[in-house]
Amino acid sequence: MASYIVKRIIRMIPQVFLISILAFIIIQLPPGDYLTEHLNRLRQSGRQQDEVEIRRWVQMYGLDRPMYEQYLKWITNIVFRLDFGYTFQWNKSVREVIASRMGYTLAIALFSAVFTWVVALPIGIFVAVKQYSIADYFFTLLGFIGLAVPGFLLAMVVMYVSYTQFGVKVGGLFSVEYQLQPWSWAKFVDLLGHIWIPIVILGINGTAGLIRTMRATMLDELRKQYVLVARAKGLSELKVLLRYPVRIAINPFISTIGWLLPWFFSGGTVVEIVLNLPTAGPALWRALMGQDMYLAGSYILISGTLVAIGSLISDILLAVVDPRVRFGSLEGQ
Amino acid sequence: MLGNSVLVEIKNLRTYFHLPEGTVRAVDGVDLTVRRGHTLGVVGESGCGKSVTALSLLRLVPSPGRIEGGEILFYRTVEEAGASSALTDVIDLAKLEPNGREMRSIRGNQISMVFQEPMSALIPVRTVGSQITEVITLHQKVSEAEAREIAADMLARVRLPKPRQALDDYPFQLSGGMRQRAVIAMALCCRPKLLIADEPTTALDVTTEAQILDLMRELQKEFGMAIMYITHNLGVIAEMAEMVAVMYLGKVVELTDVRTLFMSPLHPYTRALLKSIPQLTDAVTRGGKKPRLQTIEGMVPDPYSVLPGCTFHPRCPERIPDVCDRVEPGVSEVAPGHSVKCHLYSSP
Repeated sequence: MASYIVKRIIRMIPQVFLISILAFIIIQLPPGDYLTEHLNRLRQSGRQQDEVEIRRWVQMYGLDRPMYEQYLKWITNIVFRLDFGYTFQWNKSVREVIASRMGYTLAIALFSAVFTWVVALPIGIFVAVKQYSIADYFFTLLGFIGLAVPGFLLAMVVMYVSYTQFGVKVGGLFSVEYQLQPWSWAKFVDLLGHIWIPIVILGINGTAGLIRTMRATMLDELRKQYVLVARAKGLSELKVLLRYPVRIAINPFISTIGWLLPWFFSGGTVVEIVLNLPTAGPALWRALMGQDMYLAGSYILISGTLVAIGSLISDILLAVVDPRVRFGSLEGQ
Repeated sequence: MLGNSVLVEIKNLRTYFHLPEGTVRAVDGVDLTVRRGHTLGVVGESGCGKSVTALSLLRLVPSPGRIEGGEILFYRTVEEAGASSALTDVIDLAKLEPNGREMRSIRGNQISMVFQEPMSALIPVRTVGSQITEVITLHQKVSEAEAREIAADMLARVRLPKPRQALDDYPFQLSGGMRQRAVIAMALCCRPKLLIADEPTTALDVTTEAQILDLMRELQKEFGMAIMYITHNLGVIAEMAEMVAVMYLGKVVELTDVRTLFMSPLHPYTRALLKSIPQLTDAVTRGGKKPRLQTIEGMVPDPYSVLPGCTFHPRCPERIPDVCDRVEPGVSEVAPGHSVKCHLYSSP
């Protein structure tokens, strides 16, 4: 098991390295860059002292050097000093921008994942056990609606309904009066009042999909003989379900945990823009629109790395719950 | 006298499956008796209702199947401290809640079952040990460690090599024969009064089959348990059973001891079944000229149809016109312990 994990981590290193090169190439691909444009604008307005400042940046980040040198400089700064570069749009270091948004992003991501699981797992098990019952049809219908309605549309509907019907202004994570205040209990309560909306909206698509997956795998497993054997032992029906078919049916859940990480980091961007959330997605979108290369590059690098870390976590968890994976990997050596 | 040696008495059991296409009468009026410490063989073609009879006994008939009527009387012994002799009380399993506390306390404890496919009887993601100790801690007041001891002891009794190590193995690390031994150990670790074996050796090769059959007979003697052995293989029946019930389309057509079954079978279906066993000697003694295998004429009828008269009459070579296709035959006892459900033997 330990050797499996070590080997899996070693295999990740070249993956992440390739991701970093790709991220850098992608942000260099569009013609022009933020600084050149900014410089042109400054020249037209005749503000020379800023131009000196900008030239200092150009030198500092080697923007006049060949591309591979720029890459090396970029990646060594990241690896050794955790310095992701400077964002010209925000006039801050990229690290500051990401750090300020990371907390909310992760909180929303984590709770969306928990929401998805807590809702989808029991419903998936229930509708498989009660196949073709009224409850099954009801949740199937609900599930397809959940799959078919895009998140941003749902977000807009929720905002519209809550504003027109209840007079509650949804959007953002805080009410206006708490926006700039320091943390307090009241601010935290205010946050709780707001944060559930993005959590539910972001979680609902995943929930609908996972109910379908769980139902299908459970139906497969329920037909297996070991379920009958477990019943013949005299176990109660709930124990039979949880100790036997569910143990195998959660495998697809576990192998997709990894994908949740990058998805929540950037996949909910449109919803987050609609809901005006201070999370990572909208900042990435702005960076890409404004050719803010270091910010955009860092986001792509981080999302890519999250994919790699996510599949690492999935693989390890799967090896923990399913011995066949563990022994298969040992036999394959 | 009889009352004391009877363990399970099935009376007029009817288990039907209500499907959209119609009702399948999988078990349609079965009477069977299992005696303490004895083996009852149940034999018949696929779909004759032998497995459903067993599942009815454990109240594990899958939906949409239902027990429509009849009794399953279980004469269980209640051992009370202080009482000089063990008391017997009778309980009708057919009346119990299928998943109720009482039925679950019998299932896997006093009546347990070994199934056909050893490959899929254990879940691959849990160790053999955890799947065995689970049934011990469920029915006995023992600690996890004591349950492990009982499990290791039982694995040694079914002659699994390295029983202690096998506890921590996963099912896919054992061969098919080893797995069936583990499954048998799992069924026996609560010392059941009745073991139902539903074709436990069908998926195994012949040598392994012989070993498992020997093992089961040995353990039967040791534990004094009764076995209900379900199979379509008459050779296995000859080896295992004392009494044999022949089933056709949800009904017992002949019930007798194993010797009489092979020496003087009465029901035309039993006779046809015995003729259709391939004979090794035939092929050898006739100098390589292979005789055609005898088969029973016709097919098992559509399961949704309800045939008038005797259900075997369309395939029966000895049917009596205007009788067999009209009147359902009663059960006639032609000799003590030998009954047959056929017009040829019914007393007028």
